[in-house]
Amino acid sequence: MTIIETPTPAPASLPPGTRGRFGLSDRGFRWTLGAAALVVAALAAWFLVSIVLQARPAFSTLGFSWIFQGTWDPSHGKYGLLPFILGTLEVTAIAVVLAVPIGLGTALALAYLVPARTRAGLSTTVELLAAVPSVVYGLWGLVVLAPVFRDTVEPFLTSVLGWTGLFDGPDQGVGLLLAGVILFVMIMPTMVAISRDVLAVVPNEQLEGAMALGATRWQVLRKVVVPGARTGLLGAFTLATGRALGETVAVALVIGNSPYIAHSIKSPAATIPSLIVNNFGEATGTELAVLFAAGLVLLVIGITVNSVARWLVWSTAGPSAGAAAR
Amino acid sequence: MTVLADLPADPTVERRRAVQEAAASSLRRRKIGSGIALGVCWAFLAIAIVPLVAVVAYVVVKGLPAWNAAFFTQSTVPEGIPGGGVWNAIVGTIVITGIAIAVTVPLGLVVGLFLAESDGRAAASLRFTADVMTGVPSITVGIFGYIAIVRNYGYSGLAGSFAIGFIMLPVIVRAAETAFRGVPTSLNEAALALGARKATIARRVVVPTALPGVITGVLLAVARGLGETAPLLLTIGGNQYLQWNPTKQMASLPTTIYNSSSQPYADQVQLAWGAALLLVVVVLVLSIGSRLLAARLRKERR
Amino acid sequence: MTDAGIVTTGAEGGGAQSTEAPPTPTGAVVMTLDDVAVSFSGRTAVRDVTFDVHAGEVTALIGPSGSGKTTLLRALNRMHDTVRTAAVTGTILLGDLDVYAPTTDPTLLRSRVGMVFQRPNPFPTMSIYENAVAGLKFNGVRKKALLDEAAESALVAAALWDSVKDRMSAHASTLSGGEQQRLCIARALAVEPEVLLMDEPTSALDPIATKRIEELVVELKERVTIIIVTHNMQQAMRVSDRCAFLLMGDDKAGELIEYGPTVQLFSEPSDPRTLDYVNGRFG
Repeated sequence: MTIIETPTPAPASLPPGTRGRFGLSDRGFRWTLGAAALVVAALAAWFLVSIVLQARPAFSTLGFSWIFQGTWDPSHGKYGLLPFILGTLEVTAIAVVLAVPIGLGTALALAYLVPARTRAGLSTTVELLAAVPSVVYGLWGLVVLAPVFRDTVEPFLTSVLGWTGLFDGPDQGVGLLLAGVILFVMIMPTMVAISRDVLAVVPNEQLEGAMALGATRWQVLRKVVVPGARTGLLGAFTLATGRALGETVAVALVIGNSPYIAHSIKSPAATIPSLIVNNFGEATGTELAVLFAAGLVLLVIGITVNSVARWLVWSTAGPSAGAAAR
Repeated sequence: MTVLADLPADPTVERRRAVQEAAASSLRRRKIGSGIALGVCWAFLAIAIVPLVAVVAYVVVKGLPAWNAAFFTQSTVPEGIPGGGVWNAIVGTIVITGIAIAVTVPLGLVVGLFLAESDGRAAASLRFTADVMTGVPSITVGIFGYIAIVRNYGYSGLAGSFAIGFIMLPVIVRAAETAFRGVPTSLNEAALALGARKATIARRVVVPTALPGVITGVLLAVARGLGETAPLLLTIGGNQYLQWNPTKQMASLPTTIYNSSSQPYADQVQLAWGAALLLVVVVLVLSIGSRLLAARLRKERR
Repeated sequence: MTDAGIVTTGAEGGGAQSTEAPPTPTGAVVMTLDDVAVSFSGRTAVRDVTFDVHAGEVTALIGPSGSGKTTLLRALNRMHDTVRTAAVTGTILLGDLDVYAPTTDPTLLRSRVGMVFQRPNPFPTMSIYENAVAGLKFNGVRKKALLDEAAESALVAAALWDSVKDRMSAHASTLSGGEQQRLCIARALAVEPEVLLMDEPTSALDPIATKRIEELVVELKERVTIIIVTHNMQQAMRVSDRCAFLLMGDDKAGELIEYGPTVQLFSEPSDPRTLDYVNGRFG
């Protein structure tokens, strides 16, 4: 769990030789501190350089078009990343489409509907569940949920929604749908924790203002609370999306690991992280370089989404919102 | 003073009537709508809680039977062979996480102190870098561990520590900085006035006051580090046998769970549940512990 | 403030006295309070409140802080409903509607009894227009013609129309503090309530804005009956026709000491405590 906290904002820059906050201008001491900071900076730089350097051969050998080609067959020199990009997007989409309304409703319930006494306990429970390791969700999904999906959920959904064309193919349990649902369960604590925090800080006087005009409880929530928290809610949603995009082991265990573009929501598929984790051990040469490049692609996506999200959350609810968020 | 009843043609009265009419006729619809919407929120709350509780419940119910003496004392056995335990994985997790903690906690604290101390642009960039590091996908961290260590020295527990440490470091840095910034400058000034040396102040005043906040952050970072699987899959190589030496390949609880989950053998899956329960218990204890500490912190501050 | 509220006979609550002034027609009674008390978790905050509110007048609730004025005011539009520990006893009548009857719907009540708060609280995500019509929309009014008409009328009444008519889609946060408060008043007025409750509406504003709102209050009373809480005696003298003076008793609960025409309360009050208060000996 990452504590999303920021210290009190610091002034732009101070004249050299100024004593620090604690007056620790003692040279030896500051030198130690500075050295440690350099180590971390160097580590970050090393990371960036390594990933980029190892990813470069893939682009210099294969160009850039391989990213969007649809066939992955390393034994025949085909390195199309499209099935995995689509898989990542589809699985994340399922998770997010479920998590946004359900997460928002849950957060509203926790912030405004649940009696004050049980509020803290329930919220803590949801947040603690963010600490459950993803591999455990994967285990549960594979061993417990997959048979249920195969025998009950998928047949039911196919009979009800089969006309949409999304539910073709056999009921296998593992696949996009299960992976999406497991991801949904996993990102919920994050989504709910942050959403609840930003919803709860909408100033009480606005709620009273709406009430005094004759609004029903739902009208107050819908027209005043949710709009008032919308930037932070967007941040929560983005953070949850970011987490879903980067999730590896839980998805890898339940998605069926098929390198083909999925044609149905029940199809087995694969994501970029699952591709990397499954093939890394035995990959060599070009395939390995492509995996490095895929890692770089994932890095860029992950950092962008994460940064946007945190900026959105901080600009509303302040530095310590959603302390249980990853 | 006019009494309103004396002005029948007053547009105010007309509008009042129109508003009241609209209000009265829409009341039922609005109230039912409100009730339904709120009911949906409650339903969603239930939908959110049920699977989360179900996961923990399943882990407990299926994992507990796996906890026998063999589980804790024997190492994993090849697939298909019954029995065995996860002792090698427990040892691996302890060693790998232990090394990661031993390196990142002091480093993170010192960097956190640095950031709390300095307000220049260099510090701002470092702070930004630490924040960005928290957004790196864990598989990419694993790739880095592979490039940096495994390529040159082979799979090992140390490579795993390196990767886990990379994940834990920014968490500790930010938590430490927040904790150190929370120490009131007045404390420091009082100590200075008494003639104390600056480094002594750091040691005697700043660190102890910030300690609860720091410990909270460290506990959370460790909980996070314990749960990471993907980076380890790419760095530690796995080991069926007990191995204490971190320079060699090792097993770990998360990787054991991962590898055993997809096995068709019931014994292996049983082992996975047992290991999962162990992980969940440790992680929850750390998380709850850090919360209790944070709550006590807040109480003392008031 | 010449002939404001000099009462002859007619419906009054306890405590007020008639004066031998030239007879002036009284406003009909629009609200009645009878032995009203508010308590939280059994601890009484205000009690023994009995008086009538007359239409077309400004009634001020005055008294030192802690005397329960705001608590009493918020009981009138059932704002304590959301506070689980709150209990309101006694009878409050709006016309012939029992405000606390189980069959009375609070949301409908609040369309008839509006409220303006101490600190301006326009909805920040809504434009000026949307703020003005917010109350109407909450109450199910859909017709654009009625919305526009009510908004304009209310903004005119709040002396805000001229400054905002060309920027109705601007955000409420672009207005100054005093303007925001007038927007809140307009927002409340647009619903055409019969009674407008005002909880120290000028205490967060500068003196110039305060003066403008006080003038507004006097202008508005013909259109809507106003009950205003104020801790400022001079303000009460300037704007109100009648005053209810509340004081905290030894049991830490506020009680109604005296109620009557403002002029009389401030010049010849019947209760010595009122005399002390208006002479500035405490509060």
